Amino acid sequence: MNINATLLGQTIMFIMFVWFCMKFVWPPIMSALSERKKQIADGLAAGERGKHELELASRRATESMHEAKQKAAEVIAQAEKRASQIMEEAKNAAREEGDRLVAGAKAEIDQEVNRARETLRQQVADLAVAGAEKILRREVDAKAHAEILTALKNEI
Amino acid sequence: MSGETLTSAEYIKHHLQNLTYGKLPDGSWGLAHSAEEAKEMGFWAINLDTTIIAFLLGAVLMFVFARAARKATVGVPGGLQNFVEWIVDFIDNSVRGSFTAKNELVAPLALTIFAWILLMNLMDLVPIDYLPFVAHAAGLPFLKVVPSTDPNATFGMSIAVFILVVYYSIKIKGFGGFIGELTLQPFGKWGLPANLFLEGVNLIAKPVSLALRLFGNMYAGEMIFILIALLPFYVQWTLSLPWAIFHILIVTLQAFIFMTLTIVYLDMAHHEH
Repeated sequence: MNINATLLGQTIMFIMFVWFCMKFVWPPIMSALSERKKQIADGLAAGERGKHELELASRRATESMHEAKQKAAEVIAQAEKRASQIMEEAKNAAREEGDRLVAGAKAEIDQEVNRARETLRQQVADLAVAGAEKILRREVDAKAHAEILTALKNEI
Repeated sequence: MSGETLTSAEYIKHHLQNLTYGKLPDGSWGLAHSAEEAKEMGFWAINLDTTIIAFLLGAVLMFVFARAARKATVGVPGGLQNFVEWIVDFIDNSVRGSFTAKNELVAPLALTIFAWILLMNLMDLVPIDYLPFVAHAAGLPFLKVVPSTDPNATFGMSIAVFILVVYYSIKIKGFGGFIGELTLQPFGKWGLPANLFLEGVNLIAKPVSLALRLFGNMYAGEMIFILIALLPFYVQWTLSLPWAIFHILIVTLQAFIFMTLTIVYLDMAHHEH
């Protein structure tokens, strides 16, 4: 328990160890620690950023889905409108065509009727003329009474 | 017990005597074989046990730490690196907590103090007779295992700390500032002698209290182990086990206190007050 030169030895030894620690132990460990701390912080920040981006993307996705839905609804509405329009047009066209056809047919029928009537009239007139000829074989000169006959024919 | 031939008093004395190497009364150099011989060697003698054990512990410590530091990776740390990082982080937090100036030296200093003192203190938990018994078998007259129960070791460290405190006081505040702090407060320049006395005591008390606190605690702990070892061997464990468990607390606490106070003293040296 005496104070002796051990005191000096211990002081020197202590200073030596502190120097060694300061030179070779503390800096590498601290740098590794702080580097890792930085990496962890970076990782956390990146994670946070990723989360934020995910949120943004999902919001964007919802938005675009909404937009697409709206557009689709618009398109469908337009298509429906167009379809009904086309249907209307087709209906109109069909009606017109029908009318036209009916009118054509009617005209044809009229024409046919007229033609038949004409023919009939002609035949009746011819028949009448033939009858009259037969009756008036002698007295009637076809040439002399052609005027009267034509008038008669027209009257029929 | 180291021998039936010893009385209790002799056993205790034997355990408290360092293995001292110095100049013997007959003029030759050698190991002291009694406390009186050791005392007569005067200042120029050396406690081999304290020196060698302290050096071995410090060297092992520095070797392990340097190994961990050399292999330190930024990635996932291995077992040793993890352990060393845990200690370093703990020290770093302590230093950041109580040291506000910027100084590259303080944190490694704190680490060395804490780890080295802790290891020296932990030698107390080695059963009290093991190493002295081995030493006795090897022909050494004495062996005091715990370096921190030798005031030379504790004063050695506290004097180094004291030198640092004075050095940084002068470096930061200038020689005039340091002298001014010693002489001009708390009573102003007319109370100079009183100031010098108070501040001088204050300054000297730092290393003395630092060294004596550690020495006293470890010496007392060691003493109680020695006293327990005087009991019959079949009852020793009933006392030595609880004391050893309690002593783990003291061992750590004293290392921590020495470190914290060193940090605080150096912090004070860096600030005007």
